[in-house]
Amino acid sequence: MCGIFGVMDKRRQMMDGSGIREALSTMNERGSGEGAGYVAYGIYPDYRDCYALHVFLDNPCESKGIVDATLEQWGTIEHDEAIPTCDQPGLRANCTPWRYFFKPDASLAPGSATPEKDVVTNLVMQINAGANGAEVVSSGKNVGVFKSGGAGSWPEAVADYYRIQDYEGYLWLAHNRYATSSPELWERPDPFNLHDWSVVENGKTTTYGTNRRYIESFGYNCTTSTDSEVIAYAIDLMVRRHGLDIDLAVRALAPPYWEEIDQMPEAEQKLNRALRFAYGSAAMNGPFTVVAANPDMMVGFTDRGKLRPMVVGECADRLYIASEESAIRAMEPDVESITRPAAGEPVIGRVAP
Amino acid sequence: MNACNLGSMPLRYRVTIDRDQCMECGRCVENCSYGVFRQEGDKILINSRKCTACHRCLTYCPRDAIMLTEQPCDYRSHPVWSRQVREAIYNQARTGKIILAGMGSVADLPVIFDRLMLDASQVTTPPTDPLREPVELRTYLGKKPGKLDFRRKENADVELTTELTPNLMIETPILLGHMSYGAISLNAHIAMARAAREIGTYMGTGEGGLHPNLYPYEDRMIVQVASGRFGVNVDYLNRGAAIELKLGQGAKPGIGGHLTGEKVSKDVSKTRMIPQGSDAISPAPHHDIYGIEDLPQLVHAVKEATEWKKPVFAKIAAVNNNAENVAAVARSGVDAIAIDGFRGGTGAAPRVFRDHVGIPIEVAIASADKELRKQGLRNEVSLIACGSIRESPDIVKAIALGADAVYLGTAVLAAMGCRVCGNCYQGLCPWGIATQRQDLVDRLNPDVASKQVANLLHAWTLEITELMGAAGITSIESLRGNRDRLRGYMLDEGLLEVLDVKPIGA
Amino acid sequence: MTKQVTIDAKGVHYTPLNQQIRKALEDGADEVVVNNVLGQRFIGDGLHGDATIRVNGVAGGDLAMFMSGPTIIVHGNAEHAPGNTMDSGKVVIHGSAGDAVAHSMRGGKVFVRGDIGYRGGIHMKQYETQRPILVVGGSAQTFLGEYMAGGLLVVLGLDGVMKAREIGSGIHGGEIVIRGDVDDACLAAGAKKVPLTDEDRTRIAPVLREFADDFGLDPEPIVNANYTRIVPASARPFAGKYTWE
Repeated sequence: MCGIFGVMDKRRQMMDGSGIREALSTMNERGSGEGAGYVAYGIYPDYRDCYALHVFLDNPCESKGIVDATLEQWGTIEHDEAIPTCDQPGLRANCTPWRYFFKPDASLAPGSATPEKDVVTNLVMQINAGANGAEVVSSGKNVGVFKSGGAGSWPEAVADYYRIQDYEGYLWLAHNRYATSSPELWERPDPFNLHDWSVVENGKTTTYGTNRRYIESFGYNCTTSTDSEVIAYAIDLMVRRHGLDIDLAVRALAPPYWEEIDQMPEAEQKLNRALRFAYGSAAMNGPFTVVAANPDMMVGFTDRGKLRPMVVGECADRLYIASEESAIRAMEPDVESITRPAAGEPVIGRVAP
Repeated sequence: MNACNLGSMPLRYRVTIDRDQCMECGRCVENCSYGVFRQEGDKILINSRKCTACHRCLTYCPRDAIMLTEQPCDYRSHPVWSRQVREAIYNQARTGKIILAGMGSVADLPVIFDRLMLDASQVTTPPTDPLREPVELRTYLGKKPGKLDFRRKENADVELTTELTPNLMIETPILLGHMSYGAISLNAHIAMARAAREIGTYMGTGEGGLHPNLYPYEDRMIVQVASGRFGVNVDYLNRGAAIELKLGQGAKPGIGGHLTGEKVSKDVSKTRMIPQGSDAISPAPHHDIYGIEDLPQLVHAVKEATEWKKPVFAKIAAVNNNAENVAAVARSGVDAIAIDGFRGGTGAAPRVFRDHVGIPIEVAIASADKELRKQGLRNEVSLIACGSIRESPDIVKAIALGADAVYLGTAVLAAMGCRVCGNCYQGLCPWGIATQRQDLVDRLNPDVASKQVANLLHAWTLEITELMGAAGITSIESLRGNRDRLRGYMLDEGLLEVLDVKPIGA
Repeated sequence: MTKQVTIDAKGVHYTPLNQQIRKALEDGADEVVVNNVLGQRFIGDGLHGDATIRVNGVAGGDLAMFMSGPTIIVHGNAEHAPGNTMDSGKVVIHGSAGDAVAHSMRGGKVFVRGDIGYRGGIHMKQYETQRPILVVGGSAQTFLGEYMAGGLLVVLGLDGVMKAREIGSGIHGGEIVIRGDVDDACLAAGAKKVPLTDEDRTRIAPVLREFADDFGLDPEPIVNANYTRIVPASARPFAGKYTWE
């Protein structure tokens, strides 16, 4: 019911947003024109050492004042400005997109192996949980989320509103929403981002309640009622805080059936059993295709029953993952290979160091 | 009976025989162990006062000639002075004693399970058809690691270094609950053991030791250690697949148990390891647990004795500060906690405890799951819900509220023929279940009864997969704690908050 | 020839310590000496066989729990509940012990030279040939023999005044034998005093001699002393409390 698209250049060669806009809009039939979004890595080279916070402000006075004060408590604002936008007919802006380039104070997370990310995580949770008219929609280094909701939010309109063709990134995810609830909220469409990780999802899990309660027991605070929020936090927990490799994290989210595990060689059985034991509450059921990314990789995977489509394309240094092949060919007519991976086989592309 | 002003109570049941239908075959006389029927000449006489509504006579009457009416005599109706309170007063005015009663609570309070509605998928997510695609009910009971540790090998592969502690694997989230040999018959135990093996689950021994005839099924047994330590020695512990420490019982929280000497037959005496005919008194507390820090000592004593090879469960009654109790037990080293709601069954319990002490299992499980998550302890223990699990939707709801599995008690007895007449304490169960009288025990054929129990478990397992599939959930751990898939129907706001469930329509 | 194994328990957690003891027995040791014991719990827990384990130091809680056969000799004190749910074998403690000594013990012997704490012999029970015996050289505290369902509990009071009150609370089997007189006020509901007959004296004398022998005491004054015997007033102490619905 949604369309998703991801593209990554293994050698960090930049792509501007126009091709991504083109690709996503070929899948307009998958959406309802009430939400779309883009996320790109590599777009802020001048502030590469700062956490770029994209914030939706109800208004640039009171709400911004609260965000400014919160950020100053947790670190230093190097620079901030309104995100450039260009009004689109039919797209009604109900908030002001703002961006901060922020340096967290690592001393505020003593004892942490990743203090800056802990600080950023905490302040995102704090701002988003509060009734303060501000929602942080992305918070990583050299990365930014551009999205909107409500009538008129077709992929082209959202792209043009943010002028994403003006941004250059080496890894892009995009999402076209078929709204089912709160269509008017700008923070609701994917992508969802928490510092390194961004997530787009096509589908809807049946396990949101279990997954959310699990992830909240580790201090995350889910505020948007979306799967991708929970998925982003679950990946952050497993990969950053628990040190799992991404393929194991994906396996925890979409584990093999017990019958399959029973057939595996002993060591693999033990590993898979342990994963289901430890992360049973993170496992997701129901239909979904997820593409997640961080600055170094892009990973796509589906639910274990393969209820949602996922097409993978490769062409020279580019890896594409999309709901439909047409989206890939719209951006890369000469794509070299097209595959449709089996459920439980994550597609992982890594960016050269 | 002592002379007193009270006379006899109105009949509880009236038994009648349709004389046109009756052919005086005498099967009712043979079958009724309570002595309701008596043959005199060619007429069968009836003493309704002895009737317990066990239905044995009705079941075996070839002509359907017997009919039973409950409460054939009205009291003046009164909303406050109910029949039950009046009759309790008459009883105690006559005897001056504590009233004991059989089976679970009869308090007329709403059942929360009945006011929780399950979810189904429609268009935003598809239902799963369990006939075509797997819906996994396999459940592992025991500790789960909170996170995993790996060692990176030279070829960059990772190797798991976390050691998993023993878990009990069940193919369906249903366990057969602890009812002791002594409280129920050996044939009932054998039937349960066979059904457990057939279905791929386990049964509880209750506090009564393990009869040698059950040794062939010991790999399907959860052996119980209760405060009386009856039948408990190291060999008993080693026989079980898991060990349960009984700390409380939902039907009578805060008090112990008491098997009267009459029920301590030769065989019961052997398995309990006490003299024949002696009272078996289980104290209220374990006398080696007077403080919470003593619980880990008992847990570890049992684990040391069995060389850490078996999961150890603890069972507690659901009481007001359930969440705190559960969190305390979760820290003690146990692998699973069974929580017994106030509607839990019993052979005998003081009426005032049965009907007035404790809280419902629905609330207890929800608050336990929430508290364990809050304290980061949820992976430390599995949660088993027990105390009035009556049908498969109860199981789905209990799991959605946070349980890993359930124990069945009364439902299993009913599958063997029990009519829930509540007269277990008389020891005359005409179905051969709650009795030690050999002629009555012989009425329960373990082959037949085990099939009935297995049928019930099989049917419920099918229903659970259908309910889960309809909700688009394909593995039981994804149902666990998934309160978003429940809605409360006419439950008050406070209760919904405790359950962490939204009202219907929300 | 006896095979002796010595284990140093200094700083060793009880699980590896008990594994070492278990392994020594499996390897055929007749005697295991455990030195520097300081509170390690569950020594002898669940062990079978007839070996002797010598514990030098303070034995931790639940010494000899579920034990079935071996002999444990403690040169020092023992904490909470030595002999807990013990099946058979023997525990000899040269010092004193904590509360709930011989809790739910169903066979074998526990001898304590010094004092024991509250609830000594609680819910001891017997069955056929299995009859647990607890003998205390010193004094016992309150609720002695509570819930007692079988076996023999002897308190010698060799070191002064007996402190126990509420003796035999809920006793419904077995016997409590106390040297000297016991004030009626010290008996709990359900317990009653009866004279110690010559037959009783003959029956318990071997136990007393064994106790004296284990601790190097002169048996005669102990065997010939004046004793009070306490037994259940009824085998069904709670029978009159209940009626049926």
